[in-house]
Amino acid sequence: MANTTLTASEGQSWPARLKDASFWAEWAALVGLIALVIVFQALNPTFLSLGNIASMLVAAAILIILAVGQTYVIATAGIDLSIASVMTLGAVVFGQAYAAGLSLAPASLLALFASALAGAVNGMIIAWGKIADFIVTLGMLSAASGLALILADGKPVTIIDPLLLSLSTGGIGIFGWSFIIAVVVAVAAHVVLFRSRFGTHVLATGGAPESATAMGISTARIKIAVYLISGALAGLGAILLVARIGAAEPAANTAFLLNSVAAVVLGGVSLFGGRATIVGPCIGALLLVALVNGLTLLGVSQFYQPLAVGIVVVLAALLMRFQQ
Amino acid sequence: MTQMTDRPTPDTPTRDVLLDCRDVSLAFGNVQALVDVSITSRAGEITALVGDNGAGKSTLVRCVAGIHRPDSGQILFDGAATNFHSPEDAREAGIETVHQNLALVEDLTVWQNLFLNREIVRRLGPVALLDRRAMRDRSREMVSALAVNVPAVGSRVRRLSGGQRQAVAICRAAGFSSKLVIMDEPTAALGVQETARVEELILRLRDEGHALLVISHNFEQVMRLSHQVWVMRAGRCVGGRRTADTTGEEIVALVTGALGG
Repeated sequence: MANTTLTASEGQSWPARLKDASFWAEWAALVGLIALVIVFQALNPTFLSLGNIASMLVAAAILIILAVGQTYVIATAGIDLSIASVMTLGAVVFGQAYAAGLSLAPASLLALFASALAGAVNGMIIAWGKIADFIVTLGMLSAASGLALILADGKPVTIIDPLLLSLSTGGIGIFGWSFIIAVVVAVAAHVVLFRSRFGTHVLATGGAPESATAMGISTARIKIAVYLISGALAGLGAILLVARIGAAEPAANTAFLLNSVAAVVLGGVSLFGGRATIVGPCIGALLLVALVNGLTLLGVSQFYQPLAVGIVVVLAALLMRFQQ
Repeated sequence: MTQMTDRPTPDTPTRDVLLDCRDVSLAFGNVQALVDVSITSRAGEITALVGDNGAGKSTLVRCVAGIHRPDSGQILFDGAATNFHSPEDAREAGIETVHQNLALVEDLTVWQNLFLNREIVRRLGPVALLDRRAMRDRSREMVSALAVNVPAVGSRVRRLSGGQRQAVAICRAAGFSSKLVIMDEPTAALGVQETARVEELILRLRDEGHALLVISHNFEQVMRLSHQVWVMRAGRCVGGRRTADTTGEEIVALVTGALGG
């Protein structure tokens, strides 16, 4: 009888759980993060100094925000390959608006709007044009970076603004403002995913699109909404990025794309859609930042960092195969 | 022999006819899927829809369920003409469908599936949060009301057996004060015991006063459960019989075209 097997697996003892591969898959990001912290701390005691923790959290902020957006898209069995170039576009729009004399708030709104619009275009082409997510967002990757280059005429705009500076340097204790913003975004995203009708419909759209449609859920609308969210969060990331580097550059930011997908995979979110958490990708983002930070502290050449990130991600994806 | 002579004399009083499809036609491009199909279904009765693969049974019930819109003809429900633009409209009107693929989301829990797109929310100012406790409690009531052998409503559908999944889908269709429950081959994928349980459920729904419209390939089951049988062949309704007045052989003859049409 299924009832009995069900209670048995739920009341599993800890030793039994530790032997279960799906348990490790579920918590891969957290286990990996703890392991990395122990190793790096043992090799270099400054790793866990307050100053370094603070800088890691700030460095993780943008990635967390992008990973949250990417999670929503991947939860619907899609993928947003344009997330980083849409962020670049947002940054350039911000820079141009600021250079044109707009103050911080309207420039930020414009950046958010431009990025959200790019996301919505992705969603509409995917949902109504019925074209694979992969292709549409790959096209947008190119289009958005091209647009950014055109708008910026290929040149970065330096932005010196005291408020923007405090966004990237100020904070409460070891928590920088940008990290606090990222946490607020993550908490809101968690509540929406698990405590709202929309969140349930996102998971249903990813898990079983035909079933969702049969129950009257408009999967097209859900698709458009998740790409809009992804775009808008890329816009928020753009503002934090400009604050962080003090300039709006039409640079490619490809590392952010790879890392956002990597964080989601590390976080145990199924690439086939229907299963997702927000906590997982956030821990995944922290893990990636800790990895790069630790390698830098140990004096490992920068050239090794992409290699390390790649290995970790593929290992994580392999581990996911054991997830139930 | 004409089509009309094969149809039973207009089903006595029209009072309890819940669903009345009149001359429903639908074409997909060059393929004429339905040609002037007229069937009825009564409250408190099990109406069977039989026919070979591709006869148009599923297309017809998909019209009733609001998934397709007929090119011509009328679908009367509860005495009023319908004009469904989506499955949601049909559900609003009280027509629930248990799809052949069950339309469950495996990664969601039983209660999430029961309330899919019918979620109960609590409003806190501008935000509406799911009332998970209310949905869990209601789900337990729905499941126990039908005495269904479904494990905890918090378990994921992925962990359920085929019969349990069918039970969840039927539970969902029976809830929410539906009047007509459409089932597309409800026992096709089930074993003997599970089939018996699902049949019990179907009978219980009938006793509660639901009208049931059941597509089935199992003639023995049709003869045992149904009150009325409609036979479809090549997009047409080629005959209708009160089950009590017919035999399995006659139904088979209608399906294969040896008789009528």
